[in-house]
Amino acid sequence: MSTTTPVLEAIDETTARGHGHPPFSVIYEWITTVDHKKIGLMYIFYALIFLIIAGIEALLIRIQLAVPNNHFLSPQVFNQLFTMHGTTMVFFMGMPILFGFGNYLVPLMIGARDMAFPRLNAFSFWISAFGGLLLYYSYIGASGLYAAGSAPDVGWFAYAPLTAKVFSPGHSTDYWTLAIFLSGVGSIGTALNIATTTLCMRCKGMTLNRMPLLVWIYLVMSGLVFVAVSPLTAAQIMLTLDRYLGAHFFDTQAGGSAVLWMHFFWIFGHPEVYVLVLPAFAFMNEIIPVFSRKAIFGYPAMVAASVGIGFISLSVWAHHMFTVGMGPAANTFFVFSTMVISVPTGIKIFNWLATIWGGKIIFASPMLFSIAFLFQFLIAGLTGIMLSAAPFNWQLSASYFVVAHFHYVLVGAIVFALFAAFYYWYPKVTGRMMSEHLARWHFWLFLIGFHLTFDFMHVPGLLGMPRRIYTYEAGRGWEVWNLIVGLGAIFQAAGLLVFVYNLAVSYRHGKKAGHDPWDAWTLEWSIPSPPPAYNFAIEPTVNSRRPLWDLKHPEDPDTGYE
Amino acid sequence: MINTVSAIPIDATGDISWKLPYRGTVGMLCLIIAESAIFIIFVVAYIFYLGKNLSGPTPAEVLELPIFGTVCLLSSSFTVHMAVVALRKNNRSRTTLWLGVTVLLGTIFLLTTAQEWYHLIHDKGLTITTNLFGTTYYSLVGLHASHVIVGLVLLTITFLFSLGGRVHEEHEKRLDALSLYWHFVDAVWVVVFTVVYVVGR
Repeated sequence: MSTTTPVLEAIDETTARGHGHPPFSVIYEWITTVDHKKIGLMYIFYALIFLIIAGIEALLIRIQLAVPNNHFLSPQVFNQLFTMHGTTMVFFMGMPILFGFGNYLVPLMIGARDMAFPRLNAFSFWISAFGGLLLYYSYIGASGLYAAGSAPDVGWFAYAPLTAKVFSPGHSTDYWTLAIFLSGVGSIGTALNIATTTLCMRCKGMTLNRMPLLVWIYLVMSGLVFVAVSPLTAAQIMLTLDRYLGAHFFDTQAGGSAVLWMHFFWIFGHPEVYVLVLPAFAFMNEIIPVFSRKAIFGYPAMVAASVGIGFISLSVWAHHMFTVGMGPAANTFFVFSTMVISVPTGIKIFNWLATIWGGKIIFASPMLFSIAFLFQFLIAGLTGIMLSAAPFNWQLSASYFVVAHFHYVLVGAIVFALFAAFYYWYPKVTGRMMSEHLARWHFWLFLIGFHLTFDFMHVPGLLGMPRRIYTYEAGRGWEVWNLIVGLGAIFQAAGLLVFVYNLAVSYRHGKKAGHDPWDAWTLEWSIPSPPPAYNFAIEPTVNSRRPLWDLKHPEDPDTGYE
Repeated sequence: MINTVSAIPIDATGDISWKLPYRGTVGMLCLIIAESAIFIIFVVAYIFYLGKNLSGPTPAEVLELPIFGTVCLLSSSFTVHMAVVALRKNNRSRTTLWLGVTVLLGTIFLLTTAQEWYHLIHDKGLTITTNLFGTTYYSLVGLHASHVIVGLVLLTITFLFSLGGRVHEEHEKRLDALSLYWHFVDAVWVVVFTVVYVVGR
């Protein structure tokens, strides 16, 4: 069957080009672009920069903690580092990189030429980007230029009343608040765009029942952003009113409640975990079937589980607050709601296993990272169930066990899924394959580093090491564990460097990829790599969940099986 | 059957009808969901701090029912709806008229709020720093008022375009999306009114 197509000729590329001469025309083109692919790439690029910055912050933290009684960093700098690391990784690495993939992939997968609101898309990106810049500008701006180096130091969840003007004078906390506020506005804008695109821009025949699971999950994730990120935005408004107009929302001196901030923060904070992990599930849903050479097992169950996770995740937030003293009734409710959420996530894991089961597994780099994801996400879920039991939680709350648990989710699951997604879609984005050789180095270095760091981080937690201490006495049995954790960080950094090198070098020297290097089934693989401006010369029509399978196998189309 | 890669062949069993919702409407509904979440947080804070003031004045001492403003705002929901209906029938002069009435009613509401705030600040000495009631009251009502202002700006622009004869039948869906926002602002007021002026007093 012919795979050539008059797509490129049919689209006037000059409409996407800037004016003037390079490099100005190129800069102009990227700054003014409203193309979903370019905006998606800018999101990813900017998130990678923040990944490296926040990664360096993590390395500094680990160097400080590697040996007892260390004075490599001062307590103030240490507080700033863990605040900036957490804030950056969640708001300026995690969210933007996932939105970047969503921006790039959702229109391609549903056969649309762009997002529903291209200009809103550009606005959302730039407002988030400036939020990130504002956060880091605090290093020079927070106490005026003459007192450089006073970044936010209130922790990534910024508990009241520490954030009150009396306890956090200067402007560092304001930079934190405003940065998160801007990121929140941008996130809501992008989520609105993704949801509207999904509901209104699908190509002919792409019913909800035939949408790729990635698109389904991005729809659920967008819904979560509306109801989860908005409360944080509201809480930031309140905090700003407290700090600037003398309001008393979180001012305990005037009868305000510090616990109310905790509730508002975690109403955002826990669904946020699912905002971040749902796209990781989305990548798995696309990658695992292609590299197992089978259609996804239990498509309707996967959709139901995603929607279920979306709803249940809204009712679990106070499991972050068992030590507050909410009373047995509230504790019991949040224990059960938290345990219930393991049901839909369990369904997903079983469905992925069933997809792999009996398939012809191809161990290309995306699949390697996906397999690691499956194991690590399972373990992260198991420690999650441990922590969801209130009595256990009372013992280990705010210890390194918690830090190890959530890094297992964020790194072991989400970052591994992201790497899989990079290796999988890089050929589509650039037209070239990433080096498989370097990918193996990256995989093993990062895998070893990850397990050295986060497996062994559970132990000092169980031995009573609290999080956020800048140093500790020798002789508590924590030294050797912290040293191993620090060693793992070096492996991870090395793996990450190999990955970034691979991204750069494959852009010039990678093998040509062609339309469809993985022999995949969703619409983005039907057009050239990189996709032309406006994506589809002729708007596609689909009549099953795997349109390219139907095209390649007209003798046995999917239609009869769905 | 077309065999290009960007046109996946579909069974020749005839065209399926393919109609998706208007993106403006869906986008506005998404915005309304997100905005509702913001308002819910402010309403929760208001209810949570009811009766927890360490000092006066209390809501019962200073608040009066803003009946006139409420009637104006709620009837503006009706008038903006009439503007959409008129545009749907391509009755452009009537669209302009109803839009003008909507802007007028919204402005009156805003003025009654301004008057109320002036009274509270100037005569009763209640500001955002006075106590928890002041904090939650001004932020909740202020958040709503800022949404009224945004709505009024959009409606005024539309009204001016309509006055200049630039609003036509094909803009009906856009005006409909704008009216959705305005209905939302009104619905929020019903909640704010109930919580602040009825339950809270």
